[in-house]
Amino acid sequence: MSIVTAERPQAQRPQRQKLSVVDCDIHPGFSTPEEIHPFLPERWREHVKTFGGHYRQAFADTLSHPRMAPEVSRADAWPPKGPPGSDLEFMRAQHLDANGVAYGMLMPLNRGPGNQRNLGYGAALATAVNDWQIAKWVTPEPRLRASIVVTQEDPEAAIAEIEKRAGDERFAQIMLPPRSLEPLGRKRYWPIYEAAVAAKRPLALHVGGINGYPASAGGYPSYYIEEQHTNVQGMQALVTSLVLEGVFERFPQLRVVLVEGGIAWMPALKWRLDKHYKRLKAEVPHLKRLPSEYIHDHIWLTTQPLDEPDKDSDLAETFELVGCDRIMFSTDYPHWDFDDPRFVLSKLTLSPEKQQAILAGNAKALYGLK
Amino acid sequence: MAMPNSIFGHPAIDCDVHIAVPNTAALMPYLDAYWYDAFRSRGIERTSFTLTGDPPNTPLAARPDWRPKSGKPGSDLELLRSQALDGFGSSIAIANCLFGGMALHSEDLAAVMCKAVNDWVADTWLDKEPRLRASILVPQQSPELAVEEIERRAHDKRFVQITLLAMGNELLGRRSLWPIYEAAVRHNLPIGIHAGGLYHHPTLNGWGSYFLEDYVANAFAFENQVVSLVCEGAFAKFPELKVVLIESGVTWLPAGMWRLNKTWRGVRPEIPWVKQVPSELVRQHIRLTLQPFDEPEGSGRLERFVEQMQSDQLILFSTDFPHWHFDGKDALPLSPSSPLAPKILYQNALDTYPRLTEAKATAAFAPKEISP
Amino acid sequence: MDRHVVAKVADVPPGDRKLVTVKGRPIAVFNLKGEFFAIGDKCPHEAGSLCAGRIVGLAESDVPGDYRLTRAGEFIKCPWHGWEFDIRTGQSWCDPTGTRVRAYDAKIEPGAELNKGPYVAETFKVTVEDDYVVINL
Repeated sequence: MSIVTAERPQAQRPQRQKLSVVDCDIHPGFSTPEEIHPFLPERWREHVKTFGGHYRQAFADTLSHPRMAPEVSRADAWPPKGPPGSDLEFMRAQHLDANGVAYGMLMPLNRGPGNQRNLGYGAALATAVNDWQIAKWVTPEPRLRASIVVTQEDPEAAIAEIEKRAGDERFAQIMLPPRSLEPLGRKRYWPIYEAAVAAKRPLALHVGGINGYPASAGGYPSYYIEEQHTNVQGMQALVTSLVLEGVFERFPQLRVVLVEGGIAWMPALKWRLDKHYKRLKAEVPHLKRLPSEYIHDHIWLTTQPLDEPDKDSDLAETFELVGCDRIMFSTDYPHWDFDDPRFVLSKLTLSPEKQQAILAGNAKALYGLK
Repeated sequence: MAMPNSIFGHPAIDCDVHIAVPNTAALMPYLDAYWYDAFRSRGIERTSFTLTGDPPNTPLAARPDWRPKSGKPGSDLELLRSQALDGFGSSIAIANCLFGGMALHSEDLAAVMCKAVNDWVADTWLDKEPRLRASILVPQQSPELAVEEIERRAHDKRFVQITLLAMGNELLGRRSLWPIYEAAVRHNLPIGIHAGGLYHHPTLNGWGSYFLEDYVANAFAFENQVVSLVCEGAFAKFPELKVVLIESGVTWLPAGMWRLNKTWRGVRPEIPWVKQVPSELVRQHIRLTLQPFDEPEGSGRLERFVEQMQSDQLILFSTDFPHWHFDGKDALPLSPSSPLAPKILYQNALDTYPRLTEAKATAAFAPKEISP
Repeated sequence: MDRHVVAKVADVPPGDRKLVTVKGRPIAVFNLKGEFFAIGDKCPHEAGSLCAGRIVGLAESDVPGDYRLTRAGEFIKCPWHGWEFDIRTGQSWCDPTGTRVRAYDAKIEPGAELNKGPYVAETFKVTVEDDYVVINL
C-alpha cells in the first residue's frame, strides 16, 4: 500500500451538510474598469478618463503594499472572463449555492469613493457604485443586499445619499472606511450617524481606507504581512474613538458592524478601555457607562479572517468573551483569506444555538431579514 | 545572588519604576560649554518638555499615595524607596526616566538631552540607591547618535537596558535601526520598548481627542512593533536580541499572535527569513512587564496568558511606580503560592537582564563632560 | 490495491497539473519535468482545492533582505490561504498550529527543522505505463 497518510490529524471537516448562512462580507467586482462609467454623470465620466483617482498615498491605481495574490483573490475564484467577484453566474455557482448563502451582504470597495481627495468625484462615484450594485447584483440576485456607499469627508453628500436610498429595502446598511481623515468618533462625522439612525440602518465599517497616515503610530511597515495586520489596529482605534467620543451616548439607536477585522482582539480591548477609563473618566464625563457596555450594546463583529489559536478551546472562549450574540459569519469572498462556513463550524465548539446565531441568526436579527 | 523575600514570599525584581528629571535646569551640569550657553541663552533650561502623552497631573500619572508633595511624580527618591522598594520588598528596581527632551526634532539636541539625563540618573539616583538600575535613554531619531550614547554608557553595568519608544519615527524592526540592536547585543543590553511616542498620530486612523484614547492606543502600537520586529527580520539577524515591552497592557498579545501566525502561514514567502511560526520567535525574544495588566479584576487572565502563550518566561514583575494601575499592594494579579509567582517576580527578570547577575554594580564612575 | 489509469501522459504536460477522481477521492496529478506525482486535493487547513492553486518555487533566505528561489515549479500553493506544499512529498512548508505539545518550554531549535510543518497532504504512488498515468490506490 503506497498511500502516505498524514502524520497529524487532518483538519476535521464536517460532512457536506445543508447550510444556510448569512455572509456579511462579499466583494462584488467590475468586469472591466470602465464598467462603472455609464453610472457616472458625463462631467465625472470625463474627469475620471482625464485625471483618474487622486489619493493620499503614492500610487494612483494600486495600494501601497502589493498583495500576495492577484486581485487579492483566491486563485480559484477567477471566472471565465473578468476578475474575481465580477461574474454573478460564477459567484452563484462557486459561492452562493455551494455554501448555502441565504443572504449575502455586498461590500463594494471599488475605487474607494470615501478615499477620493476630490470630494465631488467621490460623491458621484458613491452614487454610481450604489446604482451599480442594484443594477448588476441585487436586481438579478435577490439573495444579495447592497450597502449605501458614502463619502464620509463630505457629510452633506453622504446624508443626501443615505436619504435617497433609505426607502429601498435592498440597501441593508451604510458603508464607510475606518481609516478616515480623522477617527470616526469625532464630531465632524456625527451628521452621518444622525442620518443613519433616521434611516434605521447600521453602519458597516470594512477594514481599510486611505487617510495619508502611516499604517501604524510607529511609521510605515515595509511588508504586506505587517500592513495586513494593521487592519486589527484600525478596528481597535475605531472602536476606541466611537466609544470615547460619546457617539453611542448621543445616538443610542446607532448600530455598528465591523467587517473583516476578525474578533479575537476585542476582549483585551474591552478590558483595557474599562480599566483605564476608570482612572481617567474625568476626561470623558459625557460617558455614563463602562466602555465595554457601549461596545456590547452597539457593536457587531464579523468572523473573517477567523482567528486560529493553537487550541480550538481558546477560540471558543474568545467567542464567549466577545459575546456570541454580537458575532456574524462572513467569508470575504472572493478574496484570498476567504473562510469556508464548514471550516468555521468545525472550529466552533459552541452550542448548536450559538453556532446558528453566528452563522445566520444574529445577522437576520440585525438586518431584519426573514 | 542572594535576595531577601518580598511581600509576596519570594524575592522580587521590579522591572519598571519611573523617575523624573525635576526640571530641565537640573541637566545643566551635564552639558558642554556650547550647549550650556545655548540652553541659557535660548531659555531651553526653562522649558519643561512635558510630553503630550505623559501629562504629570492626571490620576494615571501618580497614585495619590505615590505623588510627592511637590514636584513631578517620580522625582522623589525617598518616596521611591519607601513605596516602591521597601513597600514591596523588591531587591532591585529598573528605572525608566522618560525625559521629553528626547522627542526633539533636532537629533543633536535630543542626543544632548539623552546624554545629560543618563549622567544625571547615574549621579542623582544610582549613586544614592544601590537597589536601583537604569535604562539608557537614546535619541532613537538617529541610530548613529543612539549607538554613540550606548557606547558611552555601556561600561556602567548599572544601566541594564536601552529604552526606545513604542511610537517613534520608524517601526522598530526596520533595518535603519539595526545598529542600535548590534550595540545592544554587543553589550548584553535588552531593548526596552516603553509606552509613549515622539509624537506622531497615535493611531493609523489619525489624531483622536483624548489622552485616554492615546493611552489605550499604546497597546496597538506595541502590537505593530512586535509584528515589525518579527517580520522585518530583527530576530533573524540578531538571534541574541531580547526585547522587553514596558507598560504595554500585556493581554492583547495572545490574540495578536493568533492573527500573525495565521497570516504568516499564508504569506511566508514574502519574508523568507522568518523560518519559525511568529509566536515561537516572540517566545524566544520578547518579554513584557506586568503593570498595567489589562483585565477585569480577579479574572485570572495572567494564568490564561501563560497558557495561551505557552510560556511562563514572558512576564516580568513591575509596579510601574508611581503610575496608578492598582491600589495597595495588589501588584501581582496571581496567588503568590502559584508556581508562576517566582518566575514572574524575579526569575524571568534574571534570565532577561544579564547585567542583573553580573558582579554587584560598581559605584559611580559616570564619565564627566566639561562642567562649566 | 488497484491500479487506476487516470490520464494520458500527453494530457498533463510538464509543469501542468490535472484533477482526477479515484474511488471517489479528488486527487491532483502533477508533472514535474516528466516525473509524475499525486497528492490529495484537499488542503489540510480549510480544504481548498490544491489543484486550483499556483505552482511556485520555494522562497528561501539566509538573512533578512536576501531572497532566493529554489526548486522552481515544485511547490503548490493552496488557492485560498497560500499554504505551500511540496509536490514531491505533500509536506507543508509552514509550521501549523499545535506543534508545541510541551507547555512552558521555549528552547530554540534550528529554523530549518521547524520550518517544515507536520501538516502533510496525502500523497499517492504514481506510475507511467506506456502513455498512461496510473495511480495505485
